[in-house]
Amino acid sequence: MLDVNAIRADFPILQDPRYVYFDNAATSQRPRQVLEAIDSFYRTTNANPLRGLYEWSVGATEAYEQARHTVAEHVNAKEDCEIIFVRNATEALNLVAYSYAMTNVQEGDEIVVTVLEHHSNLLPWQMVADAKKAKLIFLEPQEDGIITEEMLKSAITSKTKIVAMTMVSNVLGKVTPVANAAKLVHAAGAVLVLDGAQGVPHQAVDVQKLDCDFLSFSGHKMLGPMGIGALYAKKALLEKMPPFLRGGEMIEYVTRNSATYAELPHKFEAGTVNAADAVGMAAGIKYLQQVGFEEIEAQEQKLVSILLEGMKQLPYVQVYGPADAALHSGIVTFNIEGCHPHDISTVLDDEHIAIRAGHHCAQPLMEYLQEKCHMEFRATARASVYFYNTEEEAHRFIDAMGKIRKWLGF
Amino acid sequence: MELKDLYREIVNEHNLHPSHKGDMEQPSMILNGVNPSCGDDIYLQLKLDENDMVVDGMFNGSGCAISQASADMMLDVIIGKSKDEALKLAETFMGMVRSTADPSEFEALEEAAALESIAHMPARVKCATLGWKTMQRMLRDGESETPVSTENE
Repeated sequence: MLDVNAIRADFPILQDPRYVYFDNAATSQRPRQVLEAIDSFYRTTNANPLRGLYEWSVGATEAYEQARHTVAEHVNAKEDCEIIFVRNATEALNLVAYSYAMTNVQEGDEIVVTVLEHHSNLLPWQMVADAKKAKLIFLEPQEDGIITEEMLKSAITSKTKIVAMTMVSNVLGKVTPVANAAKLVHAAGAVLVLDGAQGVPHQAVDVQKLDCDFLSFSGHKMLGPMGIGALYAKKALLEKMPPFLRGGEMIEYVTRNSATYAELPHKFEAGTVNAADAVGMAAGIKYLQQVGFEEIEAQEQKLVSILLEGMKQLPYVQVYGPADAALHSGIVTFNIEGCHPHDISTVLDDEHIAIRAGHHCAQPLMEYLQEKCHMEFRATARASVYFYNTEEEAHRFIDAMGKIRKWLGF
Repeated sequence: MELKDLYREIVNEHNLHPSHKGDMEQPSMILNGVNPSCGDDIYLQLKLDENDMVVDGMFNGSGCAISQASADMMLDVIIGKSKDEALKLAETFMGMVRSTADPSEFEALEEAAALESIAHMPARVKCATLGWKTMQRMLRDGESETPVSTENE
């Protein structure tokens, strides 16, 4: 059993009991262990990593590479050099699009994506498709958001070069056929790009078991600081890919008109790296490991069950996504009849309850839901919990939900 | 005004029972205004006479309560005003919700002055200004039948 109170004591921002933070899918909060790790880096070993030949710089390099090791181990990468530090999951996906896809996708090829994707796993592929005259193929979910393995199978053809799919939808939860995707994708000679931004923070992820070719994730959704994230990629692919950004510290030799590039992973990390935040991200991962993903998932599921049960009692609430609480991954997306999600969020804010409202950077999905589920507005409200949220908070939220229509004049 | 009071006393009424919602016959100008990030979408229709007086106005569309109520309150105040007066009021309203206008001018906005507290909710400013912005584009810039957006402000 998770001792939520003990956990909450580690999070400075959660000490004010008036606030209920249910916008964890947008960004999580950070425990003092993460804040202290970043602070300690700057206080004790700050210098430019990978360059200096003196004690502090060597210390900074060690801390940075140790952080990479923690991340690599966490997703079970075969080697540390398969982890590229980037700013966030968005940058990781852009790296794959610009470096891998722009080199490997040709005219007439197909890139398979889902209607569920966050814009960060859609716009880079739109760019590639436009530039290369390739075709984007969209997987459309069932009404409950689920995309089956059969659907994926039928979308893949001999022309498919890339399948880019989210592990966990930031609107609907665990609805994509992640487990067996690689087999289907590889059989067609294509690569599998998984967007793990909402997946890696909430479940144990094993890239070797998934056999994905690329996996993107952000530090800030998993207790780490903003501005740091990672791309996992298979070494054989990274070796053949050209650099994404060019400049300092990613080279071997440079002449006036040419350059050769550094070994992995540094080939993909141009310029001074964000070492302190990488250290912070690693501290966040260690915190999650200590809590344990079984406990994390159990707590999230318990809270989601309270939310789903509570919402079921309110006849004017529509919940999107699967019926099974276990598939929600902490995310409950809903609408209230007659009420615009922005007004819902504004009146909940007055109760010090923070949720997200809007299109969730998934406008094609909003359009799809509007049509399929007859949504009044092209937007939804979303409550998203993490393991440090309490049952009491979930009940407070449901109490407030029951009053929203009254507050908005119904 | 406290937030829930603002909704209860002003916004809900104009949102749920608007005086000027619908389509009018033969408007002189019609313009679509949208906030893509929230899906607020209004069609503003104005009728001006030969002396550039706003003699009638209606809006249609959908969106959050603040965008809809604000458009309704705007029409309450600008119908019967000259084009120049309406544009002056738009300036005042924009200044009010961005905390840059002189509070002594707010009275001219009549009930729309109640949205003053939107200035403390930066995320909702574009909802409140959608109707006004659309009206400015029509009367000041002469736009008609083309969409405008208040994104990226």
